Amino acid sequence: MSTASARIALVGNPNSGKTALFNALTGGRQKVANYAGVTVEKKEGMVTTPGGRTLSVIDLPGTYSLRARSPDEEVTRDAVLGQLKGETPPDVVVCVADATNLRLVLRLILELRQVGRPMVLALNMFDIAQRQGLRIDLEGLARDIGAPIVTTVATRKRGIEDLVAQVEAKVEALAAAGDLDVPNTWHEPSPAEIRRAHAEAQRLMKAHVRPAERPDTMTGKIDAVLLHPVAGLAILLALLFVMFQAVFAWAGPLMDGIEGGIGALGGLVATVMPDGLLQSLIVDGLIAGVGSVLVFLPQILILFFFIILLEDFGYMARAAFLMDKIMGGAGLHGRAFIPLLSSFACAIPGVMATRVIDSKRDRLTTIMVAPLMTCSARIPVYTLIIAAFIPNQTVWGFASLQGVVMFGLYVAGITSALAISFIARRLFWRGQVEPFLMELPTYKTPDPKSVLRNLWQRAEIFINRAGRIILPLMVLIWVLSTFPYPPEGATGPAIDYSFAGRLGHLLHPLFAPIGFNWQMTVALIPGMAAREVAVGALGTVYAVANAEEQVGTLAGALSADWSLAMGLAFLTWYVFAPQCAPTLAVVKRETNSWLWPTVMFAYMVTLAYLAAMGVYHGAVALGWG
Amino acid sequence: MDHLTPAAALAADPQPAQGEVRLSQARLRDRGVIGSVHVRPDVDHHGLSAEELERRLLELGFVEGAAIEVIHEGAIGRDPIAVRLDDMRVALRRHDAADVVIRLDARSAAR
Repeated sequence: MSTASARIALVGNPNSGKTALFNALTGGRQKVANYAGVTVEKKEGMVTTPGGRTLSVIDLPGTYSLRARSPDEEVTRDAVLGQLKGETPPDVVVCVADATNLRLVLRLILELRQVGRPMVLALNMFDIAQRQGLRIDLEGLARDIGAPIVTTVATRKRGIEDLVAQVEAKVEALAAAGDLDVPNTWHEPSPAEIRRAHAEAQRLMKAHVRPAERPDTMTGKIDAVLLHPVAGLAILLALLFVMFQAVFAWAGPLMDGIEGGIGALGGLVATVMPDGLLQSLIVDGLIAGVGSVLVFLPQILILFFFIILLEDFGYMARAAFLMDKIMGGAGLHGRAFIPLLSSFACAIPGVMATRVIDSKRDRLTTIMVAPLMTCSARIPVYTLIIAAFIPNQTVWGFASLQGVVMFGLYVAGITSALAISFIARRLFWRGQVEPFLMELPTYKTPDPKSVLRNLWQRAEIFINRAGRIILPLMVLIWVLSTFPYPPEGATGPAIDYSFAGRLGHLLHPLFAPIGFNWQMTVALIPGMAAREVAVGALGTVYAVANAEEQVGTLAGALSADWSLAMGLAFLTWYVFAPQCAPTLAVVKRETNSWLWPTVMFAYMVTLAYLAAMGVYHGAVALGWG
Repeated sequence: MDHLTPAAALAADPQPAQGEVRLSQARLRDRGVIGSVHVRPDVDHHGLSAEELERRLLELGFVEGAAIEVIHEGAIGRDPIAVRLDDMRVALRRHDAADVVIRLDARSAAR
């Protein structure tokens, strides 16, 4: 079979329906991985031709030019040029073009032709072109670009067999000819060369394409509303509101279900296995640990459902347009909006979503501030402390004081993220700003199957992370919290005698200036696994069983033991502190260096310490000590 | 080479010829054809080299002769802007658009 296989690369402009074509070609036979050494996602799938040949197809990131500017585009360039580490060069390049938007892709085709690999042009979304009355002289164009043209409608699987047949013909011709004897003459084009290529593309357009008789007017009409300076922003805010409602309201029952399932599984294992260390490792370490992260899966999926839907519809570029000025004021790129939004559910998908940002500097800044957004793991901590210390009373006649404090914590997260990125821009990037240049794609009805497939892939990636990165961390934290055992006849909670407990006691002098008692300090250590684990840990040190269900009991214990100033200091700490080892691990993965997670940890700890100290002493001065 | 600050650059902006306007100064509904895309090397492009900015503009279709119309403006400071560029729509900041000079059509020039 390996002798019969060939490698096919899909290349095209963004928004050309390349991924839809990839899905139509490969169906369910695809996998998502990372390219060696870079954080760009590699989507690979298999097609079996009618002749029995197996084609391996890779979906390369969309680009306007082989002159790469982002890590994604570098992968496309290197893959096409056959310079990608650990990858064999493609035998045939399939250039995917939006048939209604040919001008820029023609210039890309001219670049691809210089590379000298056999090429097939797939004119995708051909049904829309026909509906618009766009006439393309396929034969003439194919002759001029020196590549066969296939018309496709990827979303309806039209033209796929034809495309496979053309690709197979190229593969056979290649096999017959032996080796490529067309030299690769591609180099980074100069401005003058880009202009010449445009002129050539313009000539091809004039010669072979008759403009649409009924051009799309829908996009203009929708944009008149969605990009309206006032209505557009109002709609964006309304959309965000709905998204948040969905993330927090719809996910609730599912999260309860997962928690229940994990709890039941732990209980089952506990009854089946004999008591002892192994049982504790599996139940308290592995099952509970992974469960504490998996519980965020519903929120992440709901969030990604909205993001994928809006992306496929074509709205995300508009959201970036609407938010660019506001984000830009803080030194962030308009495209940072989506990653930061995702971070409200969890910083991990947020950090992963920064891949849409071309510039390395902008991407790093966004990654650095993403964990300051109030992720949902903070909510259990906030809820507990607020319930313990903030009286349930009405302020200004209508608002609940507890709600106001919660809102204030969100605002604190957002404003500090904006302030940090502003300072980072001034201090480290010395005012360098990446240009904001972005195509606003034509609106399209999202394809439900493709949305679901994409969602499934997100889920797989997240679960994979939970397994590979988070699992070992959980085991480490379990070890710290379990060993050594309490001595015979010990009266305090077991965690007090463990490494975590000793570390907590050891660190306590450091945390005393910000008002923390030793119990709080101890809870911070298992709380590194995920923020909400601190609630369970406080429950353990205050010997409240099932702390997450018995928030009332624990809150009572806390309000009896802590002063208001201590509670506020703890809240403040949780706004800023990097209390999440999985996030740091993902940052390491995404930036491919230990430097950035170290920087993140250091600045967030400093910020959290100073802010908590300020709040504590301020509160003490107000007589709340 | 000394780089001018954006404000100084704006002050020193050589005025385009009659009937022409820099895309950074264009108003909503201004329409015409791109006359030139020559990014000035003596102006600060926020750390990006002039040639790089020029190439990026060209790659996205800001090329001499392309039909262009300003179709949307942002709410704050009328920035960024969205333009119809031949058959596509592109969003960009006014700052990055300073060296795209548009030859306005008669209707836009008369406004």
